Amino acid sequence: MQSLNTYRAGPDERGHFGIFGGRYVAETLMPLILEVEKAYAAAKADPAFQAEFRRLLSQYVGRPNPLYFAPRLTQAFGGAKVFLKREDLNHTGAHKINNCIGQILLARRMGKQRIIAETGAGQHGVATATVCALFGMQCVIYMGSTDIERQMPNVYRMKLLGAEVRPVTSGAATLKDAMNDALRDWVSNVADTYYLIGTVAGPHPYPAMVRDFQSVIGEEAREQMQAQEGRLPDSLVACIGGGSNAMGLFHPFLDDSSVRIIGVEAAGHGLDKLHAASLTGGKPGVLHGNRTYLLQDADGQIAEAHSISAGLDYPGIGPEHSWLHESGRVEYVSVTDDEAVAAFQQCTRLEGIIPALESSHAIAYASKIAPALPKDHLMVVNLSGRGDKDVSTIAKALGDEHLGGLV
Amino acid sequence: MSRIAKRFAKLKAENRAALVTFITAGDPDHATSQALLDGMPAAGADIIELGMPFTDPMADGPAIQLAAGRALAAGGSLRQTLEMVEAFRKTDAETPIILMGYYNPVYAWGAEKFAADAAKAGVDGLIIVDLPPEEADELVPFLRQAGIDFIVLTTPTSDDARLPVVLANASGFVYYVSIAGITGTASAAQSAIDEAVARIRRHTGLPVCVGFGIKDPAQAAEVARVADGAVVGSAIVSVLADNIGKPGAVSAPLALVKDLAAGVRGARN
Repeated sequence: MQSLNTYRAGPDERGHFGIFGGRYVAETLMPLILEVEKAYAAAKADPAFQAEFRRLLSQYVGRPNPLYFAPRLTQAFGGAKVFLKREDLNHTGAHKINNCIGQILLARRMGKQRIIAETGAGQHGVATATVCALFGMQCVIYMGSTDIERQMPNVYRMKLLGAEVRPVTSGAATLKDAMNDALRDWVSNVADTYYLIGTVAGPHPYPAMVRDFQSVIGEEAREQMQAQEGRLPDSLVACIGGGSNAMGLFHPFLDDSSVRIIGVEAAGHGLDKLHAASLTGGKPGVLHGNRTYLLQDADGQIAEAHSISAGLDYPGIGPEHSWLHESGRVEYVSVTDDEAVAAFQQCTRLEGIIPALESSHAIAYASKIAPALPKDHLMVVNLSGRGDKDVSTIAKALGDEHLGGLV
Repeated sequence: MSRIAKRFAKLKAENRAALVTFITAGDPDHATSQALLDGMPAAGADIIELGMPFTDPMADGPAIQLAAGRALAAGGSLRQTLEMVEAFRKTDAETPIILMGYYNPVYAWGAEKFAADAAKAGVDGLIIVDLPPEEADELVPFLRQAGIDFIVLTTPTSDDARLPVVLANASGFVYYVSIAGITGTASAAQSAIDEAVARIRRHTGLPVCVGFGIKDPAQAAEVARVADGAVVGSAIVSVLADNIGKPGAVSAPLALVKDLAAGVRGARN
């Protein structure tokens, strides 16, 4: 592996991480995207913006959230000391709110009044609807009709918060299709609308901007581990759909060569069947404004992704992850639906914490490698969100007998 | 002189604008689509845009999204699209063909190889919706080498500061997208189109064609008064869609093309 002086300098001035990233959008959107880039650069350098962001993270989101030593998971795995970074304890129940706070402040600064977003599991939709309520802005959320069905509680939550949820029926009616429709809305309402993208993907500056807002996860984990254990963690594990929770945890550690970093993709029914593991099973391509690894056929047509977790059910991944994959700094692995469901149950029963199905992928992989690691190995698993939204999916996956006939 | 330049020179001599027609390659199946493509020049199309079907046409409205879906379901591909052009060239050596689509299929093919293969098939120009000037360097040199025009899109959001950036790579003609929106939905006010075409002409000597939202011969004629071409896509694709499986699948869209051509031809009289 060729090691660089820094893995944190990207993207370049044109928004590329190596060959990945960039701005592949319709000309109609280009002037606006350049405006977002300029506005974000100014906001990033403005201490007042940063202070307001930090104030809301602490007073509204509830940060810092704990880095929790999980004794029973540690015992069960029988190796590394496992710590959970508790993004599930944030207001609205997932890491998504960190980014939404940052972007809504930017949208307000840009004078935009109407916010659109796409959502898969609904966590980003809920977080967006929440910040729109907080700032009194109009909110339209695009969501695949398949996802609406499997994430009903979140759909209702968005509606209660005052958002309009627009069902998307094209394609497989999941996150990819919701993103297409959000882009269609944006191109049609370019003058007054801000597109609040929920992950580290899309045209530059979104991948870098979302990463910056989410980096609070890794910054806190770094300080907390140093305070609790007196040193850096030895490994980080996080699930990857688009990859924002993972990028947020990883980024502050990228230049610490002693820290092993692992991203866990969704292998769905298996890598030889339907899955959502873009890095493991895809190749570079261009979609939704950026070049990145994509699930696609030989003709460049985008394949449908599958994961039991709606939040990971996307055929692409953030471009910085593609670059980190090719540069070898981060290991990308995958776990199946079944393994994630087992980890979901294990974490729930052993720690009294119901993890999101997305996060369960990270826990599942931790359970695979922790046993072989020394007992003084410090492992941080990102618990990116809580699993309340997933209970009906889990119930369906397990069947009545596991829930005593309650379903 | 390229086929596109020749065609505009001829139209200029006739003092009329071009009718540019769009269909999606392979919609609803290879044979119907080929028959429709082959019938276009006789019906009055001066330039033909052939859509390269893609799974995720982010800038298209429902009519063209569905067309791409039908084409893909029937086995449509970039290879088939090039084969259609090759077959068309056997009977028509003059009508320019522009391929229009999204970047990923071209990228998957390989930009350099695609440019060469498309030129060999008889393609004259290329429009890639999601390849703005900021990213176009990875494709344009290969197109130039192959003698294929890179036709750029300008939009209501391309202001005077941006237009030179957008037009830097342009050749063939300039495609003015008359609404900030997706294909086949709203129509722009004629006054706004007049103004925009005049503005673009201050920045380039290339012909300017106007598309998005032109549905009928009257609208096409209005546009043809000021622009060098009127592009009609969703309206033709919708007529095709209404006639799938019926005897009119080819004749009905061609009848619309004929009406549109009459509108365009009568515009400046």
